[in-house]
Amino acid sequence: MPLKGNLQDFTITQLLNLINLANKTGALSLEGSYGAAWVYFREGKLAYAQMTGEEANLVSILHQSQKLSSSQYRKITEHTERISDKELGLLLINANYFSQQDILSSLQTHFIAILNRLLNWVEGFFSFEPDQTPPEDKITVRVNLENLILEGSRQQQERAILEDEIPSLDMALRFTERPGVNIRTLNLSTAEWKVISYVNPKNTIRQIAQATHMNEMEIRRVIYSFLQAGLVEITKPVGATIPNSIPSHVQPFASGADKEERKSIISRLIERIRSL
Amino acid sequence: MQTVKMVVTGPFNAGKTEFIRSVSEIDVVSTERKITSDSERIKKTTTVAMDFGRITVDKDLMLYLFGTPGQKRFDFMWEILSEGMLGFVVLVDSTRPETFREARSILETFRAYAPTPYIVAANKQDRKDAWEPEDIRIALRLDQKIKILDCVATKRGSVKNVLLELLYSILAEMEFPVV
Repeated sequence: MPLKGNLQDFTITQLLNLINLANKTGALSLEGSYGAAWVYFREGKLAYAQMTGEEANLVSILHQSQKLSSSQYRKITEHTERISDKELGLLLINANYFSQQDILSSLQTHFIAILNRLLNWVEGFFSFEPDQTPPEDKITVRVNLENLILEGSRQQQERAILEDEIPSLDMALRFTERPGVNIRTLNLSTAEWKVISYVNPKNTIRQIAQATHMNEMEIRRVIYSFLQAGLVEITKPVGATIPNSIPSHVQPFASGADKEERKSIISRLIERIRSL
Repeated sequence: MQTVKMVVTGPFNAGKTEFIRSVSEIDVVSTERKITSDSERIKKTTTVAMDFGRITVDKDLMLYLFGTPGQKRFDFMWEILSEGMLGFVVLVDSTRPETFREARSILETFRAYAPTPYIVAANKQDRKDAWEPEDIRIALRLDQKIKILDCVATKRGSVKNVLLELLYSILAEMEFPVV
């Protein structure tokens, strides 16, 4: 019987804590507006993780972690299309490309990175299926969850502060009118400069996050630092418009129609839907 | 040409797009837009996700069905969508009790925007792990006066039934308005 729920009721950190304390083996599936993910645990330890829309095979992971050059990646991919990760791992070790430790540490880093991203998910659904093991052909690792749980708790506290300061991402930003403050002389990172370029009451914080490819926590952190520095202030966005493809001429039902006319409209609708 | 609208709402993945697709005479238009990195175009490509379908009633009347974005991040669009609606359908995924609390919250939000008639459709009733509509009523703390119907959003007959029941409720409220 799977354990199912909403991430608003149980955070991922709490789920990890439970899995860790109970030494659970099984698969945790997560589904949210960012996509879906599957994380496998063996006896309370992280064994394998995968996210939708991301290459999950060993060659791609080694390439992403810059252990393989693009040409090596291409070459290996061309010749090993139908080989499982386990077989490929053995081939790479036997060919002296990598040691077993190299492969395991790359996978470990990759899986931990996925879990760290998942710790930012605050909305969505989870389902824990006990005794489910990772796909047979995949190489698994054994990572203690304690550090991940600590990191999750730290992020949770940070999130609470940031949400307190920036309660809604549907608000916009504008520069404060403080004479003498010249933002060009400030030491900002590239990401922060990108955010600065979008500061405009027409753009909501959420839109800025999407335009700059930041997640909710990242954009909140940047904006929090701007707020602390007195560079920007939060303001109401200027108009939230419906895109052109939506008919804008839908009239409010009650306007300009008396009771009989409204009844006639409903009766016509009923007739039409019956005939569908 | 007079146009009227109904709103189909519910948690994400409840089946809103399928619901509209089953009866719409046009392909359901999804309005999710990707924002580009060009700051000049940021408003033009705003991500305002919603679906809409259309049913032509006669030469003078058109019904639009709007599916609200299920994700909470788009909830600022709900108020705009709810303006002037005839009524709304709250679609619930009967196989996912973990979404019921969210469905309840969406329902309350829409009720606050517009006190129009509404109906709850317990979708995915063709699946073996689906909750019974009456059990969902308890989970959602729905009053007995509120209709909750079986639904399979991919079947036109089922969707028709839900829309008709909503229209009957609208008609009944015109006759006997709730004070």
